[in-house]
Amino acid sequence: MSTTTPLEPDTFAISVGLAAPRLPRWASLLVAVLAVAVSGLLTMLLGWSLVGGVIVAGALFIVGVPVWSLLLEGRRSAADRFATCLVWTTFAIVLVPLVWLIWMVVKTGASVISMEFLTYDMRNIVGPGGGIYHALMGTLLITLAAAIISVPIGLFAAIYLVEYGKGSRLARVTTFLVDVMTGIPSIVAGLFALALFVLIFGPAIRIGFGGSVALSLLMIPTVVRSSEEMLRLVPSDLREASYALGIPKWRTIVKVVLPTALGGIITGIVLAISRVIGETAPLLVVAGATDSVNFNLFSGRMMTLPVYIFSQYSSPGVAPIGGGDPPGYARAWGAALVLIAIVMILNLVARFIGYKFAPKTGRRR
Amino acid sequence: MAKSIDVSDLNIYYGDFLAVAGVNMTIRAKAVTAFIGPSGCGKSTFLRTLNRMHEVIPGARVEGKVMVSGQSLYDPAIDPVAVRRQIGMVFQRPNPFPTMSIYENVLAGMRLNSKKMSKSDADAIVEKSLRGANLWTEVKDRLSKPGMGLSGGQQQRLCIARAIAVEPEVLLMDEPCSALDPISTSAIEDLIHELKSEYTIVIVTHNMQQAARVSDDTGFFNLKATGEPGHLVEFNPTTKMFTNPDEESTEAYISGRFG
Repeated sequence: MSTTTPLEPDTFAISVGLAAPRLPRWASLLVAVLAVAVSGLLTMLLGWSLVGGVIVAGALFIVGVPVWSLLLEGRRSAADRFATCLVWTTFAIVLVPLVWLIWMVVKTGASVISMEFLTYDMRNIVGPGGGIYHALMGTLLITLAAAIISVPIGLFAAIYLVEYGKGSRLARVTTFLVDVMTGIPSIVAGLFALALFVLIFGPAIRIGFGGSVALSLLMIPTVVRSSEEMLRLVPSDLREASYALGIPKWRTIVKVVLPTALGGIITGIVLAISRVIGETAPLLVVAGATDSVNFNLFSGRMMTLPVYIFSQYSSPGVAPIGGGDPPGYARAWGAALVLIAIVMILNLVARFIGYKFAPKTGRRR
Repeated sequence: MAKSIDVSDLNIYYGDFLAVAGVNMTIRAKAVTAFIGPSGCGKSTFLRTLNRMHEVIPGARVEGKVMVSGQSLYDPAIDPVAVRRQIGMVFQRPNPFPTMSIYENVLAGMRLNSKKMSKSDADAIVEKSLRGANLWTEVKDRLSKPGMGLSGGQQQRLCIARAIAVEPEVLLMDEPCSALDPISTSAIEDLIHELKSEYTIVIVTHNMQQAARVSDDTGFFNLKATGEPGHLVEFNPTTKMFTNPDEESTEAYISGRFG
């Protein structure tokens, strides 16, 4: 009879030694709640600061789960749970400054954003009012020009490194110099651009294009590096397939290698742009600061968002009579919010493009 | 028009390393020639010298002569790109272009060389090539779908269609079936039989039965010893190779008593 009735799953598992006591699924949650409760109680009773309470709660959580697991499940599971707790805690720690920063900027900046703020410049504004139009346009123009300078140079350098210069002395020197360029402090790039334009146009020159040159110095190494990585990822099988069809090398690069790597290359370029768009020092040095709109990259000072934030915060204007902050502070936060929004939009665009241009497999992923 | 290939005293180098030494053979037009031999003996290397794909690898070079219908392939006046247009190649692993549809993959040889052609000509070439590669019935309703979406065997046949779309004189195949299941393999072997009437075909294979099934001539490559260059041991009609080879070592390899 026992041969005809199938064993109950539980008895079967126990009979072959597969079953072991396990913590319930809500164990970590329970420990977390307890840790917060205990540390909260201690904070209130002993008068700790909020930071101290949070640290104690985290420590209790990291210790509590593995200890419970050790008592119930054994050493291997305890080590596993310890590592899991550690990973989650560090993840939470990483999130704290990010969320905090965005929260601060949105909270302080959002109230300033209005149609006027986005479409007015700061000409003849002493008290409240005014806007970031001149800085917004300046940032967009200078960054666009920087991208126009550095994308071709960076991309062609990457193509040389991957497709032509493999292992040659020139390629090694180029790679080394690109690595050195990555480490250039941005203020040095600004001073270089200033010196260059002073040499050409005489002293006291401040033009937006100088800012573009400085930014492109910072952008080129990033573009070279990311494009190089992407081009290297293209399998050499594809190049050989193309050569075997009697397609010359340059066409193989243009029509096979570049399209295959396009998504990654564009993502890299956009990330490079969003990295330099927030640079302050080089723009302050060479593009200067102004209160008026200037659409001409090649003549006169140009305002940019980072420099606008800096100058609004360093000279916020006169505080209103009867107390309150000077109007410059709010404008600085508003400009910071706009800058973050631009970078975020650029990142979203990069992701979308990367997804759009990724080689299609025709299979669902 | 298919072409024959005469190889005389060919030494193949990777930098200073002599990989294959002293190859002499005549590959007949409109016939299938198979190369067999253990791994690392230089079959694929030799195959790649026949359309100057060898020199794609930095430092690779050859000495000796490869004559294709009276022209020396390694003459300084010869353009390697022109050579590869006449001598096509199919690789071990299927490698359709991932950014292109099935249709574009077949036309890649023309499109990427910016050859102008009308839509109807292009359609005709695609259909002819895909029929030639025994793939037409399977993909005719989804020509605009990505080539990477096909199965491995279909991808390999797509690569063959791509290679024959440019109408080469010679088709080199480097272990075209090694990554495929028996059914796809059989489809490709049937295809080789059909292509034989129009193309000169050279195939490298590790599968002795395959060499016996598809080829008219067979060349056996071997290493004298580890570290020595590979060389051509014997080159004879396939029936003779598999029944009564001249060399002791050929028989040993074919019958599985090797090494």
